[in-house]
Amino acid sequence: MTTTPVRQAPSIMAVRDLGPAPEREVARDLVKRGLMVLPIAVALAALSWGGAGAASVAFAAGLVLANFLLAAALLSWAARISLGMLMGVSLFGFVLRLALIAGAVLLVKDQPWVEPVPLGVTLVVAHLGLLFWETKFVSASLAFPGLKPSAEER
Amino acid sequence: MLLAELSNKGVAALTYGLAAIGPGVGIGYLVGQAVQAMARQPESAGMVRTTMFLGIAFVEALALIGFVVFFLAGN
Repeated sequence: MTTTPVRQAPSIMAVRDLGPAPEREVARDLVKRGLMVLPIAVALAALSWGGAGAASVAFAAGLVLANFLLAAALLSWAARISLGMLMGVSLFGFVLRLALIAGAVLLVKDQPWVEPVPLGVTLVVAHLGLLFWETKFVSASLAFPGLKPSAEER
Repeated sequence: MLLAELSNKGVAALTYGLAAIGPGVGIGYLVGQAVQAMARQPESAGMVRTTMFLGIAFVEALALIGFVVFFLAGN
């Protein structure tokens, strides 16, 4: 009796995704919206905490936007290699980005131009606010792909 | 006893460490499920990756809140 060789299916982890990178698009949108709101946030901080508050808000917003861009770049890079790599980069990228944010904040915390409260509040509020803003448009376009919000509606 | 010997900064740092565990577990689970979904239905990979990216960012906000509490409490 002869046995026919069985072709083994490739492991899930070895599969790669060579399609377009939606993370980059989402991150670009987030940065665009962040830059739109940033002058208002900086002006409000300047009114409440003076120049140090404004600088702290700008610094924190820059960190949040850079974090989004770095996350998107890492994920889209990893997805082109393999899904296993995507998993690894997601987890280690999380640790790496947290460490970078912590390092950047701890590095400047004793500088005279830093106000801790606006810096901390901006880190959380900018991150969550931008995400909620973006989610609104992403969920709309996922539910009704033909009805993407136009540029004016954004 | 050990906790009583820690300074305010030490407790804040410990809290930050604890606050980072939950998001780590969350991201691991989230990405695992997303990878499975992409492997099963490669045609929906774009949609899965978009929601995965947003999910990761939302989960990461928890760790950021932990860090901000550590930073503000340590000051």
